[in-house]
This record gives sequence, structure tokens and C-alpha cells, in this order.
Amino acid sequence: MAAEHRTRRISSPTNEPAWVRWTLILVGLLFMALFLVLPLVAVFSEALRQGIGTYIQSLQSPDALSAIRLTLLVAAIAVPLNVVFGICASWAIAKFEFKGKAFLITLIDLPFSVSPVISGLVYVLLFGAGSVLGPWLKSYGIEILFAVPGIVLATIFVTFPFVARELIPLMQDQGTGDEEAALSLGASGWQTFWRVTLPNIKWGLLYGVLLCNARAMGEFGAVAVVSGKIRGQTTTMPLQVEMFYNEYQGTAAFALASLLALLALVTLVLKSALEWRFGEELAATGRGH
Amino acid sequence: MKGFRQPSVLPGFGLTLGFTITYFSLIILMPLIALVIRSTGLGWDGFWAAALDARVLASLRTSFVTALIAAGINVVFGTLIAWVLVRYRFPGRRIFDAMVDLPFALPTAVAGIALTAIYAPNGFVGQLFSPFGWRIAYTPVGITIAMIFIGLPFVVRTIQPILEETSKEVEEASATLGANRFQTISRVLLPSLAPAILTGFALAFARAVGEYGSVIFIAGNIPFVSEIAPLLIVIRLEEYNYAGAAVIATVMLAISFAMLFIINLIQAWSRRRYGYGS
Repeated sequence: MAAEHRTRRISSPTNEPAWVRWTLILVGLLFMALFLVLPLVAVFSEALRQGIGTYIQSLQSPDALSAIRLTLLVAAIAVPLNVVFGICASWAIAKFEFKGKAFLITLIDLPFSVSPVISGLVYVLLFGAGSVLGPWLKSYGIEILFAVPGIVLATIFVTFPFVARELIPLMQDQGTGDEEAALSLGASGWQTFWRVTLPNIKWGLLYGVLLCNARAMGEFGAVAVVSGKIRGQTTTMPLQVEMFYNEYQGTAAFALASLLALLALVTLVLKSALEWRFGEELAATGRGH
Repeated sequence: MKGFRQPSVLPGFGLTLGFTITYFSLIILMPLIALVIRSTGLGWDGFWAAALDARVLASLRTSFVTALIAAGINVVFGTLIAWVLVRYRFPGRRIFDAMVDLPFALPTAVAGIALTAIYAPNGFVGQLFSPFGWRIAYTPVGITIAMIFIGLPFVVRTIQPILEETSKEVEEASATLGANRFQTISRVLLPSLAPAILTGFALAFARAVGEYGSVIFIAGNIPFVSEIAPLLIVIRLEEYNYAGAAVIATVMLAISFAMLFIINLIQAWSRRRYGYGS
């Protein structure tokens, strides 16, 4: 393509004139700058508005610290559970042929088409006042709603498909040949999984974990509904950002938000690095989401 | 399990499928059933009375109209961005390509307060418009802007792979048959991209309708004007009107499942017609 550019720069029939090209590039980049880059810049400039000292100070407030702890805890529970589920689901779906498979794949994607608020609401209805389960669990001293378990459940709900939808197409592409060879050479089922399947899918798995984790730490709507927003107890980082913001503590809100924005940037960098370095091995996966 | 699955020498089918179905039932299915049961608890008349309440209808209208406009704008600029990223080479292309996914990675609450800071009357962009008396934040325009942010990657990422697959030969054939560049693009390229564009539109729309975090900060949340349906669910919950919340949620779910069905139809149709899915 580069050669084509050099030799037929002026009037290639399958290329636009240079001025059209550059106008389109300019319009596209301006749109992205306005809608994507500017908000990112705004987070950091608002966070640092009153100097780096205030910034660091507001990150060390007890509310901010407990929110950071809770967010890490929730992600540390929700992400591994969805990894186990994702591996199980993709093993069953990609390595075997059975009836209703296409339907099962559609079901796994279901949480993506549910509003985050509804994802939280369903747990309020399941465990809240007037439900059967909530009062029964409460009589054993188990609190789900307005407590950490509810936040974990809502987070699992919204991040449910991430790992599975990366692994299913990847494992379908790889087929069952490697595993059959390992089994015929005398490996056990577990050995086959750990030594053959897992190395084959590791980059796809990491890709899924990355996206799953970003969403788990950043989820707002679903968690807002089930958390009850008890200060220092059930406020995750995004919820604490909202609380600071509504209390007109702009700097504190944006300081905490800047940590989440950093997480997003790190996620994007790692994700792009995976795509560039291992693009072939991820090729089967649908990019994005 | 006879006839249910084809024989295989690989182990672990029962274990993994069993775990998958159990986990799915506990985490997704059971709560969704609780939602449907609770919304039917009002009875047929009660359900429709709650669903057709004036404030509920207004919030649904706000959500759907702003989401439609945002998805429309995203289709235009998303197609353009996908085109620019796939077809042209310019400095910083890879960085911009990576940036497209920012709305997937940036927590919605962060996006919400950042957009509000930019478009508020004293904000970086808002102050350009406030001398004319135009307000962006705290109006439906602000809602639309947040929805554009959240929906853009769906359109770009749906169109991009299809555009990469489209071979130049088709365009060359069109050019040798005497079409000018505009005709080639509008009559040859765009029709083959149509299913992807439609899918991207539907995905961006579905996401925007349900969006909460990035919208509520910039929306202003004035009942009947800039109150979105997901927010009204939260308000109903805070009033302990669980059945009312469940009814709005059921209506929204019904509409998004209809959307999902339409997306599947588009993809099935495009596979038949163009030999690929998106």
C-alpha cells in the first residue's frame, strides 16, 4: 500500500484526494478530542486544581481510603469467580457439541443488555424487604443488601460475560486436537487443562480479566442501588466520588476519580499491548466491550 | 444424556456445564425472575397504571429520544472515525485507535463528573455557549452528550473489522466501471457496511437507554424534562415503592430484549446477504 501511495499519489481511483483525506482525519480527531480526550484531561486538571498537596491529602482521607479498600476487596472476589465461570463455560461450550449451545451463548451475554440500575434492582427485589429470602437470611444474621455481599453480587452480575465471551470464540477456534493428543499420550484431564489448554488461552484469558476488572472496579449504577451508601462501610470508589461531588467537595471527588481514570488508562495500555503483541492469538475474540 | 451431546473423549463436560448453568441460574436467572414476579404482583391493571404514569412515560420518552439522537450522531461520527482509522495513516493513529475504547474502561461516574465539569455554564466548553443563553449541562442536550460518549466505541468497533475485511478489489472494479469516488463510496462501500452500521447503532442505542452513571451528573434530573428512566427506578426504590421500580424495569427490559432480537435479526440477515456476521 505504501508503494501504491508513492507511485500514484495524485489520482488513485481508490483513494480520496489529499484535502478530503485530511479533512476527514481532522473531523474524526476533533470529535475524539472533544468527547474522549477532553473529559480525561478534565479529571486530572480538576483533581490538581488546588495543588498536589491538597490532591494527596484528599486521597488520604479516611473515606477515600476505606472506599479504595472496599473496591479492591469487591474486585478480588468478583473477578476470580467470573474467571472460574468463564473457563468452565468456554470449556463446555467450545470443546463439546450439545443441543441448545447457541442459546446458552446468547444467555451469557444477557447482562450486557440489562441497564446497570436494573442489575442492582433485581437483588434488592430478591433480598430486600418484602422478599422471601432476605428476612430468612437475616434471621441467621446474614446481611446481603446494603452490605458487602450485595455489592459483590451486583458486581458479579454486571461483569458476568467478560471472561467467557473472550474465551469462547478463542477456544472454539483452537478446537480439541491438542487436548485429544495430550489425553491419548496418557495425561489426566487436569494435566491436560493445566499444561495444554491453559497455556493456549492465557493471553485471551488475561485480556478478559483486564476488561472484567476495569468494569468491576468502576461499576456505579448497579452498586449504587444495592449499597445503601453507608459511609466508610459500603461505599466503593465510584460511590465515594459521587458522595464527595454531591457534598461540593470537588477536589476530593476528582482526586478519587483520577485514580479510577488512571486505572482506565493502565487497562487501555495493557489491552492495546496485548492486541499488538498477541493479536494473532486474540484474533478470534471480538474486540471491544 | 443420550442424544443431548455428541460423544467426545474429552473429560469434564458434566462438571463444567453443570457449574455454568448453576452459576448462571443463581446470579442472573433467579434475580431476573424475582423482578418479573414482583412487577406482576400489582396485577394487570396495577401494572399498566404504574407503567403509564405520566412521570414514568416522560422519563421513558427522555431516555429513548436522547438515546436515539446520541446513537444517530454516533453512527455518523463513528463511521467516519472507523474509516479514518482503517484507511488512512497519520501520526498518532494507534493512540487514537486505543482511545476509542476509553468509554469501556473509564468508570461511568468519572465520565459523568468530568463531562459535567466541561459542559457546565462555567466549564471549558460550557462557557463558550452561556453568553448566548445556551445551556448544555442540566438539560437533555447534556444527557445526549453523555450518551454520545458512552456509545461511540460500540459503533466504531462494530464497523472497523468489517471495513478491514472489505477488499480494495471491489472498489477497483467499481472505479474501472466508470464510477467516481463518491459513487463508489455511496453505492458500493456504504451498502456493504450497512448491517455493521445498523448493529453499531442498535448497540449504542441499547447502552445509552440503560446508562445511569455518566448521565445523572450532567442531566439536572428535573422531572418531566431531564429525568431518565433508570434514575426514576432509583427514585422509586428510595421511596420504598419496589413494585413501581420493578414495573419500570420490566418495561425497559422488554424493550431492550426486543432490541437484542432486532440486532440478531440484522446479523442473521447480513450473514445471508454478505457472508459475514459482525
